[in-house]
Amino acid sequence: MTDATRIRLMSSSFILGFFLLWEVLCIVLNVSDLILPRPSEIAVTLWTRFPVLWPHILQTLYATLTGFTLGVIIGVSIGVLIGTSRVAYGVAYPLLVGFSSIPKVAVVPIFVLWFGSGTTPAILTAMVICVFPIVVNIATGLATTEPDLEDVLKTLGASKKEILWNVGLPRTMPYFFASLKVAITLSFVGAVLSETVASNKGIGNVMMTASSNFQVSLVFAGLIVLALMGVALYAFFSFLESRVTGWATRGNDIAIT
Amino acid sequence: MNMTSDIPAQAMPVPATPPASRTNPVHARPAIELQDASVVFGKGPQSVTALSPTTLRMERGDFLALVGPSGCGKSTILRLVSNLIQPSSGLVLLGGREVAAKELRIGMAFQNPTMLPWLTIEKNVMLPLKIVEPFKRTFRQDRKGAYRDRVHALLAQVGLKDFANHFPWQLSGGMLQRANLCRALIHDPDLLLLDEPFGALDQFTREELWQILQDLYLDRKPTVLLVTHDLREAGFLARRICVMSARPGRVISDRAVDLPQPRDIGVIYDPAFVEMTQGLRELIAQVRK
Ligand SMILES: Nc1ncnc2c1ncn2[C@@H]1O[C@H](COP(=O)(O)OP(=O)(O)O)[C@@H](O)[C@H]1O
Ligand SMILES: [Mg+2]
Repeated sequence: MTDATRIRLMSSSFILGFFLLWEVLCIVLNVSDLILPRPSEIAVTLWTRFPVLWPHILQTLYATLTGFTLGVIIGVSIGVLIGTSRVAYGVAYPLLVGFSSIPKVAVVPIFVLWFGSGTTPAILTAMVICVFPIVVNIATGLATTEPDLEDVLKTLGASKKEILWNVGLPRTMPYFFASLKVAITLSFVGAVLSETVASNKGIGNVMMTASSNFQVSLVFAGLIVLALMGVALYAFFSFLESRVTGWATRGNDIAIT
Repeated sequence: MNMTSDIPAQAMPVPATPPASRTNPVHARPAIELQDASVVFGKGPQSVTALSPTTLRMERGDFLALVGPSGCGKSTILRLVSNLIQPSSGLVLLGGREVAAKELRIGMAFQNPTMLPWLTIEKNVMLPLKIVEPFKRTFRQDRKGAYRDRVHALLAQVGLKDFANHFPWQLSGGMLQRANLCRALIHDPDLLLLDEPFGALDQFTREELWQILQDLYLDRKPTVLLVTHDLREAGFLARRICVMSARPGRVISDRAVDLPQPRDIGVIYDPAFVEMTQGLRELIAQVRK
């Protein structure tokens, strides 16, 4: 057995053990299922209510991915702009830092005020929450082009656009994909948050409604769904990253003089 | 060994009958000239003079080595010649005229090989063909054809035939520097600018690279300007050696290396060769003070 499979096996048993312990403790300590339902109860709820949950899963996924896509487009545009222009960097950076330090939760009421409750504030929250890490990573990636290499290319008569296309953007890809992993998680959080506050659709809303109706095991079923969705989204972008920018992590142990 | 002083008394645009052209037609017109070119960075009391007014003339097809204490302005001269910076005073002339470096095809290599890690060696070396005219024009159509053969032929010449499809991290420092030379030469530059290209290599690898560079030079005959701090490297490779003074630098000695090319690596143990490098060493030791 290789080390990797052993670790994987141990990690699986750890997760299984966690739920087992939860189940056992609930039974032994006689915990009311209005406070903490047992995993088996949650599983049953998840199974029986899945047809009801499914459209909400799609709704949350839709809000997350739409907001995320918009955020990526905006983030990449701003990142390329301030990463390639010293002036734009100097002018825009203070505002961006100020903007990024706002807790994004605080913008939800504003979006609700402007657009009413529903899908739009969820999409917009998912969007604004993921822009900044993308901007920072793109700008950083572009700014780290080696000066020697830039001299070589300029001497060849390369235009700014050619340097950006052949060197700047490819070099930025590892930063970009690393930021996507962070960004998708943030978007997901943003969308669910907004659904919880102001929507009649989405997993966030299901949990809120179930909570006020004391359907505790449905609340937990929603939580499990969210956890699975979050892991799936992260795993997908992790996989994408390793496929597209494998060169950045390959052969790091080989010294290059 | 015969060392001759060769500093032009005055650097005028090409005279009607340049004296050099009668003796050697290859050197019919000067490829590159600095005329009292100086470089000052910054303004006011904090300004740094990187290069004192310097006059330097390189004939076409010449191989000139530039040596001198660190910080004396050697890299600055390369940046002037390649039009990356403009002189604060004086002129940089190409072919006797003040023209943009774009009209001159230039290849450049530094100590750091700066290969792009996401491209194979073949694709790395091919990069200039994607950027420099006239290759650029037909790059898209030709990528798999003649250009690829061209890259492979050059890689074979430096002993990297079997590494075309490897990634940079799979190559040693010496191999990367060979690939770097290939990238600097693939577009057949008129002018090859090398800034301490072998500075980070061990002595054995370095000597190997000297011979490779010599072969490439004799094969293609570009004008070469080599910045180095290795006097044996200068003596082995160059036809002319210019010594610069400490910062702010200027050229204080300009001598020819009268050894026939190709030179054998054993020449560096020749008494006359040792005497020459010794002389250069003393000169630099003096100007460092
Ligand atoms: N962009 C710059 N701004 C200010 N000073 C510079 C700049 N580039 C070079 N210099 C200074 O000019 C001097 C000559 O530099 P350089 O030509 O790189 O020397 P070297 O002979 O070691 O290659 C150095 O003292 C360096 O600090
Ligand atoms: Mg230097």
